[in-house]
Amino acid sequence: MTLDEVKRHIEKHLPGVALKPVRESLLVENPLDLPRVVEFLKADGVLQLNYLSSVTGVDYLTFLECVYHLYSMENKTYSLQLRVRVDRENPHVPSLVPIFRGAEFQEREAYDMYGFQFDGHPDLRRILMWDGYVGYPMRKDYKQEDSEVLDRDDIEWLQKHGVSVAEEHIKMAESLQTGGESEQPESEQTEG
Amino acid sequence: MFEKMRVKTKVIDSGKSGLDTQTLEVNVGPQHPSTHGVFRMTIVLDGEVVKSLRPVMGYLHRNHEQIAENITYSASMPYTDRLDYFNSMSNNQAWAMTVEQLAEVEIPDRAEYIRVIMSELTRLVNHVSVIGFLLNDMGAFFTPTLFAFREREKVLDVFEAVSGSRMMCNYLRFGGVNRDLTDDQLGQIKKIVADFPAFLDEFETLLAQNEIVCMRCQNVGVLPAELAINASITGPMLRASGVNYDIRKVDQYSVYDRFEFKIPLGEKGDVYDRYYVRMLEMRESLKILNQALEQIEPGPFMAPKVPACLKNPRNFKPPVGEAYGRVEAPKGELGFYVVSDGSKEPWRYHVRAPSFINLTVLEAMCIGYKLADAIVILGSIDIVLGEVDR
Amino acid sequence: MAFSKNKSQVDDGLKSELAKKGIVITTLNELYNWGRRSSIWPMQFGLACCAIEMIATACARYDIARFGAELFRASPRQADLIIIAGTVTKKMTPQVVRLYNQMAEPKYCITMGACSISGGPFIDGYNTLRGIDRFIPVDVHLPGCPPRPEALLYGLQTLQKKIDSQDFRKAPWYQKGLKREYAIPDLGPKGLIPKFNPEVWQPREEDHRKEKYGSPMVIGKKTKAPDLDAPPKQPKAPAPKPPKRSDDSAPPSKEA
Repeated sequence: MTLDEVKRHIEKHLPGVALKPVRESLLVENPLDLPRVVEFLKADGVLQLNYLSSVTGVDYLTFLECVYHLYSMENKTYSLQLRVRVDRENPHVPSLVPIFRGAEFQEREAYDMYGFQFDGHPDLRRILMWDGYVGYPMRKDYKQEDSEVLDRDDIEWLQKHGVSVAEEHIKMAESLQTGGESEQPESEQTEG
Repeated sequence: MFEKMRVKTKVIDSGKSGLDTQTLEVNVGPQHPSTHGVFRMTIVLDGEVVKSLRPVMGYLHRNHEQIAENITYSASMPYTDRLDYFNSMSNNQAWAMTVEQLAEVEIPDRAEYIRVIMSELTRLVNHVSVIGFLLNDMGAFFTPTLFAFREREKVLDVFEAVSGSRMMCNYLRFGGVNRDLTDDQLGQIKKIVADFPAFLDEFETLLAQNEIVCMRCQNVGVLPAELAINASITGPMLRASGVNYDIRKVDQYSVYDRFEFKIPLGEKGDVYDRYYVRMLEMRESLKILNQALEQIEPGPFMAPKVPACLKNPRNFKPPVGEAYGRVEAPKGELGFYVVSDGSKEPWRYHVRAPSFINLTVLEAMCIGYKLADAIVILGSIDIVLGEVDR
Repeated sequence: MAFSKNKSQVDDGLKSELAKKGIVITTLNELYNWGRRSSIWPMQFGLACCAIEMIATACARYDIARFGAELFRASPRQADLIIIAGTVTKKMTPQVVRLYNQMAEPKYCITMGACSISGGPFIDGYNTLRGIDRFIPVDVHLPGCPPRPEALLYGLQTLQKKIDSQDFRKAPWYQKGLKREYAIPDLGPKGLIPKFNPEVWQPREEDHRKEKYGSPMVIGKKTKAPDLDAPPKQPKAPAPKPPKRSDDSAPPSKEA
């Protein structure tokens, strides 16, 4: 089955679902259609895509994308790649956990790294980072902390715990506080 | 054994019996001798029976994907070694295959054979070590591991000879391998392959019929085939549940279509099946190795007509596009998803780690069994934290 | 590293002469240190790749038992030595510091591998601690990625030399007011609070790596996302069938 045939096959059985071929994959235009499509593909007698291999989040700067790789345990010749695109600010995607248990940890990882909100996920928490971590570190605009310099929180913490802090660290922290971010010039980057 | 557990008690509503019963919440890990690294399980116990189990991971999350998106394609190769640090060769193979798919590179035959030989040797190393550790978890403290590591060292000698490093091989390149195998090294491999069955027989005599092993493993941690498929379980764990799915057969990648080998399947999907499937898989790997060592012929070990972009790997810029490459790593399906934006660094680099996803069913397998069984079940999943947390 | 051995009052030549006659002369210090260095109990504590080499060192081929350090204890209360074998992530740091605090005096620390020394290959990550010496004092640094088992044995011998050089009359663990428990950092919104413990570690005067190479983690380096919707550029490289090379007496080639 070619990609076009699969597209027509799905659209025949699920009227109203809009699909668009992107390279070797199908883009589900409305993310809310995703569970319907996946459920159909899983139960369909021809394709039998009953094995969800991988769930991946991708940051495309203007939008976020979730990529699903589906394979079949019975019919071993065909595989399909699905994708949905969501808004960066409000990335709501329906969860696939009710259909595939295997999506559980991978969706949690996508939430942790990119901030996807998987609606219907039974236990959407951070999985690799700790609870209380702020930001989505795999997004292209995530700014890491500078681990060489103590800032004011650190100084306060250290003083509270009875650790002596040298004067220069305190001064440095104060200057950071007043002078805004410890902005290193980002253009100075050299080829590694 | 459980030195590092903190115990919380709380009184639960007394049931019909009128007796006050309590559940215990036990933290196993992250520093625990049987968690295979820095994995943590939060287990709620009723007496000694597991009521619920929550895996907590991320203690070895070292930002593999983020770093890979900021360095060149070939610079990611040594990082893949450190994913699943028992099986650097298979990881290399998966990453090389993905990029070759992206850049449409043809690989010469000899390189494919070398890759197959290396990844099957890796499978031997992995399976033999995991069985050693599994027995360690059962309480056979360290002796089986000593056996296993004796054999592992022999294979590591080969890895060191061909790549220069024992564990972190960094041996494969896009379009082939780093350097050729000499006849001496092939002879060394042949000797290992010839000697290995004797070791397997010895190991099996000690274990397969062993009463303690049978009692601790049989009918423990049963994973039904349906759940296994639904939860995307792969590798020996899936096959122990009786599902015939091996990517070496399904995708027929590399030159696996030229070898005759069987896929061992389990019946019940309990811990014993998972152990025994690994034993049988090692025998099949030896079959593949024997055939590969017979069929391998002299020739180029690097693609002779590589695209210009591969000549200078630091300046390698594949065309805009995406690729998903997967191999049957010893732990299951290891996949790499990569999106290229035409520059030197990948736009997106994702690892589909088998042992991470295999942990999905840990709770389902452990509920209803004793705490000590939970440790054995975890051992039979075969996790490596470098890959779980990446 | 050169450790000065404890000086004995008795001449070495005389000692060996007496030893031939079956008379052993020693000092209390020597006896004390001999006992300590010959039975170091490391903690069974592995973090990442290096832990596998640590296990390999304990196995038959390298046999750490020759140096009296084969008894890996799972509890920090029973261990003399913590081998930080692998990458210490920020999430794991509080546990590592706590484990070190729980060890009984005298306690030693070996960092095994590049990651635990400085962050190693993962130094630029958002979750990697750039060296455990930011929070606990380290006795022996052991570079390598991973260090070979021989290197670990060498590191252990170096530690033994250090133990030999200590004098129990001046040993800190017999002094009053010893404080060898270090503040356990908290997990904050972006990383650890504090980022390092200034009592244990101070930032380097000059950051050679940063000056010379910069960090590869630069935000905003890429401003244009790849457009996968656009059809792939087919005729990028004119690729007609590559001509069969003559030396290619082919075994049946695989179907693409």
